[in-house]
Amino acid sequence: MSTATTTTQMDLLLLGDNQFFGINHMSEEKARTQAIRFQDTRAIIDVIDIAFDNGIRTLMCTTHDRISQVCDHMRADPERYADYRFYPCMPYAHKYANAITDNGMLGAVRQFLPEEGLLNAALRGGRSFMKKDIEGIITLLVDAEMKMFQGLKTPVIFLQNVVVDLMLGLGFDEAFAIFDRHVRERYGAEPGFITMNLPMLLDALDRVGVVNPIVCANINEIGFRMSGGIAAYEQALSERPFRPVAMSVFASGAIAPQPALQWIHDHANVESIVFGASSRTSITSTTGIVRELWERDIYTRP
Amino acid sequence: MGLSHLAIVRALHDVELVGVVDSTDYLLDVLNKYTGAATFSSLEKMLDGAHPEAIIIATPTGSHAALVRAALERDVHVFCEKPLTLTASESAELTALAVERGLVAQVGYHNRFIATFQEVKRLLDEAAIGRVTHVLAEAYGPVVLKAKGSTWRSKRTSGGGCLYDYAAHPLDLVHWYLGAPERVRGSVLNSIFSADTDDEVYSTLDYADGLSVQLSVNWSDESYRKMSTSVSITGTQGRIVADRQEVRVYLRDGADIPDGYSGGWNIKYTTELTDQVSFYLRGEEYSAQLESFVAAVLAGESVARQNSFASAAQTDKVIEWILQDAAAETEVGTVTALPAQSQRRNLFGRRKSA
Repeated sequence: MSTATTTTQMDLLLLGDNQFFGINHMSEEKARTQAIRFQDTRAIIDVIDIAFDNGIRTLMCTTHDRISQVCDHMRADPERYADYRFYPCMPYAHKYANAITDNGMLGAVRQFLPEEGLLNAALRGGRSFMKKDIEGIITLLVDAEMKMFQGLKTPVIFLQNVVVDLMLGLGFDEAFAIFDRHVRERYGAEPGFITMNLPMLLDALDRVGVVNPIVCANINEIGFRMSGGIAAYEQALSERPFRPVAMSVFASGAIAPQPALQWIHDHANVESIVFGASSRTSITSTTGIVRELWERDIYTRP
Repeated sequence: MGLSHLAIVRALHDVELVGVVDSTDYLLDVLNKYTGAATFSSLEKMLDGAHPEAIIIATPTGSHAALVRAALERDVHVFCEKPLTLTASESAELTALAVERGLVAQVGYHNRFIATFQEVKRLLDEAAIGRVTHVLAEAYGPVVLKAKGSTWRSKRTSGGGCLYDYAAHPLDLVHWYLGAPERVRGSVLNSIFSADTDDEVYSTLDYADGLSVQLSVNWSDESYRKMSTSVSITGTQGRIVADRQEVRVYLRDGADIPDGYSGGWNIKYTTELTDQVSFYLRGEEYSAQLESFVAAVLAGESVARQNSFASAAQTDKVIEWILQDAAAETEVGTVTALPAQSQRRNLFGRRKSA
């Protein structure tokens, strides 16, 4: 089995959303401060707009409920956001964990049904569940997660690292092929995979025939959360056919922006960089450094 | 947690999975269908059919004692989730059995594999803040946020509740840092939402020389995005505040300053302290503890390198004291921990023979 060749061009710089939801991998205190600051979705939109004015046209985001309010905002001003792109990252695991605890497995599936016809989807979910047909369940959940992005551009759809790495460890390689097929066929989008175990994941994707995949992984000079080691990452980046998206390039703030990005530019031939920022200063500084180092625009015109 | 253990151990080098046991047929069928894992409906069938060298037990706490015993009696090395059992006496018996058989027997107190908490241990061993006089040990997180249906976690008799599930972690860290207390007092086990168990735990642990530990734990607090465990340690020469991500150390003038530190405030982050693991899922510590277990088994060692049954049994003893103390404080009579029945989510691994 093999998948279609890649066509979507990705922007050089993507805005991430961890900072909006109290996630910081270095400091719990910083995370809390940010969670308080971004309680109001307006504060999130303000940062997205600052990034927009600095040439950033892609938000790589979780499917957190609050992102649906950001989607509403974009839909309300189609002219301004005409070529804005979302890269949804799913599933938003907390949502499912809570739903399963509250309503059981089937109840949770039902709660997240897409709008395409409640009965249809319920049957699809119920039947898949009884038949132990994981393909039916995975595709149903993807559709549920995609609901909030209706009418917006989602050229790349990512599977979150918590799920990718769980499947990877379990040896459930087929899940990646199922996700790949569904995202291409139903959404005409490119699948992407987020992982903390890049070299191991590339092997698994090879095994199930996912060709030249978009893979997002930590890539930074200090080797923070680069499992398998920085040498294996560097080797993968130079020798293996995939489309790398670098995350955690500042190692959650442990490396200053200039040297961090200089290192990425010199050592890692990445297609995109996803970064989190919550202030005008850091957005202007990051976009400036990237433009200077790569000597090109940070977004690709449609 | 069972699935995470399975994912991590399958990804480790030198480990071959020979069988998975669970009481849920559905889960077993899906695992077998999509990952090719050999599955068994009972522990005995797996032990006798697959002959593992080592097993991982990730089941409700109430079922631990019987499962651990069955494995040890067949000379199988055991990694068991925390707490070890629901009674100090059972934990002590299993500890003795593991020692007698010379088996690696480890418990999943993963905080001891977190780099920041390891740095605290190193600083205390060097007496960097002088003599410790007080510790505040805390854990908060969003587990039970409304009154709702029952799982094993919502019943104390099967090992559910904030004391067994959450408070065990800071208690174990305190044991690691300071050893066993002399007594506990002022214990409070209170329900916020749960009908059959506790949602918040407070207690005071007394040591010799006036050293005291304040325990403050609440698992019904969604102002924390996920579980947050921390320790604040006061000494005659300074203070340490640590969580899983950072260590802040204040060193008083005249303190014996360790390498890499200076007088006044010092902050070290997990990004600089943490070693990489071979496979990452949800935190380096989960892989690191299993790597340590597997390494000890591979090296033919006869005792766990960290979190041995003996150490976990000490924590179980203090948990029991807190239960008794809280019962006496509220005069509700005795608290009896019943051995529980259900067996769910057991995952078993064996190292490759070649």
